[in-house]
Amino acid sequence: MSTAKREWLAARYPKDADRLPRYSTVSDMEVEPVYTPEDLPDSRYERDLGQPGEYPYTRGVYPSMYRGRLWTMRQFAGFGSAADTNERFKFLLAQGQTGLSTAFDMPTLMGYDADHPRALGEVGREGVAVSMLDDMEELLAGIPLADVTVSMTVNCTASIVLAMYLAVAERHGVPWTKLGGTIQNDMFKEFIAQKEWISPPEPSLRVVIDMIEFCAQETPRWHAVSISGYHIREAGSTAVQELAFTLADGIGYVQAAVDRGLDVDSFAPRLSFFFNVHNDFLEEIAKYRAARRLWAKIMRERFGARNPRSLMLRTHAQTAGCSLAAQQPLNNVVRVAIQALAAVLGGTQSLHTNSMDETLALPSEQAVLVALRTQQIIAEETGVTNVVDPLAGSYAIEALTDRMEREAMAYITKIDELGGIVRAIELGYPQKEIAEAAYRFQQQFDRRDKVMVGVNKYVQEDQPPIEILRINPDVERQQSERVRQRKRARDAARVRGALAAVREAAKGTTNLMPPLIAAVKDGCTVGEISDVYREVFGVYRDPAWL
Amino acid sequence: MADRPLRILVAKPGLDGHDRGAKIIARALRDAGFEVIYTGLHQTPEMIAETAVQEDVDAIGLSILSGAHMTLFPAIIELLKQRGVGDVVLFGGGIIPPEDIAELKRRGVSEMFTPGATTDAIIDWVRANVHPR
Repeated sequence: MSTAKREWLAARYPKDADRLPRYSTVSDMEVEPVYTPEDLPDSRYERDLGQPGEYPYTRGVYPSMYRGRLWTMRQFAGFGSAADTNERFKFLLAQGQTGLSTAFDMPTLMGYDADHPRALGEVGREGVAVSMLDDMEELLAGIPLADVTVSMTVNCTASIVLAMYLAVAERHGVPWTKLGGTIQNDMFKEFIAQKEWISPPEPSLRVVIDMIEFCAQETPRWHAVSISGYHIREAGSTAVQELAFTLADGIGYVQAAVDRGLDVDSFAPRLSFFFNVHNDFLEEIAKYRAARRLWAKIMRERFGARNPRSLMLRTHAQTAGCSLAAQQPLNNVVRVAIQALAAVLGGTQSLHTNSMDETLALPSEQAVLVALRTQQIIAEETGVTNVVDPLAGSYAIEALTDRMEREAMAYITKIDELGGIVRAIELGYPQKEIAEAAYRFQQQFDRRDKVMVGVNKYVQEDQPPIEILRINPDVERQQSERVRQRKRARDAARVRGALAAVREAAKGTTNLMPPLIAAVKDGCTVGEISDVYREVFGVYRDPAWL
Repeated sequence: MADRPLRILVAKPGLDGHDRGAKIIARALRDAGFEVIYTGLHQTPEMIAETAVQEDVDAIGLSILSGAHMTLFPAIIELLKQRGVGDVVLFGGGIIPPEDIAELKRRGVSEMFTPGATTDAIIDWVRANVHPR
C-alpha cells in the first residue's frame, strides 16, 4: 500500500470503526477500506484498458457495446419431452427472449438412451430427453434456425448432438453456413467441475478438436466450444480460480488445435466463453474485465494470433445458482437482479438469469418470466446500457481487475509448470483446489462469517410454499417406449454400417463429424454412439477425491 | 463395540455430477470423527447397497440433485431390505420439494436436508439419530 494512503488510514481512519473483524469478497479475497490512485501505480490507460473494442479489450469487445446491440437474453430451458421444451422455447421467444438455450436431461448428457436401465428416474427430469434425430426434430420444430441462435449445453455427447442439429438444419433447408449458435463441448471443465463424462481426458480432447476443426470449415457462424467457468464456480471455486481454470482450459484447447496443424486465426474467432456471475458485485465486474484483458494477451503473446477477433473474449453469463436459497425464495429475485447487473456492467454478450424457484425444481413459467423481465428492466429502464463500461476508472474496480488478472496468471503459470491442463486434471490439481475453496466457504457460512439472508441470518420459520413445476411422470415411460419403437422401425443393416463407420473414424485419426452426421440420419442413437466411444476410447471413472 | 466410531457411507446416486454437497458433507463428517466412505459419482442403487453391505455401515447419506430422488431413494431402501440390512439409517440431501420430503420420510428415509443446511446441523442430527448397528 502506498505511503499517503497508509498515512491517511493511520491518522484518520478510526481504529474501532469496522463492524466486522475483516472484510472480504464472497471468494474471501480481502479488500481494503478505500482505493485511491495510488492503488494503480503502474496503470496506463492505453496499455491496460484501451478504448472499448480495442486491445486489450478490458472495456469491452465492441466500440458501442449495448448502445449498438443489447446482450442476447438467453434463458436456459429444457424439461420433459422434446415437445414440452419446444413449447417453452416458443413461449420464451414470444416474451421477447432473443436466443435459445437448451438443457438436456442427464441420460442424454451422459450417453444413455431413454430406454436404458441407467436412465431410470432421470428421463426429462433435469432437461429435455433427446435420444435420436426425431427427438431433435421435435425440439426444433417451427424454430427459424437461420435467425435464432441456439445454444446447447452438452459436453461428452456434444459431437452426437451437434450432428443431430446439423441434420435437422439440413431437413429445414437451412444451409450450415447460416447457423448461429453454440455447443458447450468443454470437456476439461467436465473433469474439473461438472463431471459428466464418458471417456478419459485425452480421447475426449480429440473429439473436441475434431469439432473445432469441422466447424471452422463447415459452420463459420457456429461456436464449437464454450469455455466454461460457470460450473467451476458452482462447484465452489473462488472467482479467481474460476477465471484462472477457465482460461487454462482455453489455452489447452488452442494448443491442441494448433498442435493438430490448424492456423490459430482460423478457429480462435469462434471460441466463446461462459462465466458465472455471483453476489459479490465489485469482484464480479472486475472478473469479466480481467478475463478479457488476460485472454487478449494470451492469444497475442502466447499463440501469436493476429486477427483482432481471435483476441476478443466474448462471453455468456449466468447468475449463480449456488447463491440462491430454498428459504424465502422470493429473495432470489433480488439476488438475481444484482448479479445480472454485475454481468452487464462487466460487459457480457449474453445472459441467463436464474429463476427464483431453482433451488426447489426446474423453473415454472411464472418464475422464468420474472427472470427474463429482470434482464429487460436492466436493459431498458436503468440506463446502465447508455454508457460503455461506465465503471472504468473507479479506483476499486481497476485495482480489483489488476489483482484478479495477477492472481489468475499465477494459477495459469502453476498449471503450465505441472505440464499443462490435461496433466493438471489427471493430477486432480484444479479439482482439489476447488474442493478446498468450497469447504472453506462452507465453514465460513456455518460460522456466519458469510451471510445468506433468510438462511443463516434473518431466518423465518414456516414459510408458505411457492408453486413449482412438476414434470409429468409419464414422460419417462412414453419417451422410452417411443425410443424402443423407433429403434425397431430402423433399417438394422444401415444402423450397423453407420456405427461401424463411426468406430473406424474413432480408431483412426479422421474427423468424426462426417460419419456421426451420417449415423444420426440413419437413426443411430445417443446411447449407441456413446457405446462406440466407450468401446474405442475407454470409460472414465470418478477418482472420488475428498 | 459401543465406543467405535460410526461408519457412514456418503453416496452419490444417479447420472449428474453435482458433488459439491456430497464432498463437503463427507469431509465434515470425517472431521467430526466419523468413519466416512465416499462412493464417488454415478452410482447405481445396486452399487450403493453393495458398498453398504461390504463396508458394514451404520448409515447412508445420499446426495441427489438430479430430480430422480423419488426413483432412487425407494430403490435403495428396497435393495437394503433385500440384503438384510434394512436397519441402516438412510438420510439425504439435495434439491427436493417439501411434498417429496414428506413422502420419502413415509417410505423410510429418516431425514432430508435441503440447500442452506449447515454441516453442524447434519453432524448433530447424525450424533442423535445414528447408532452403531
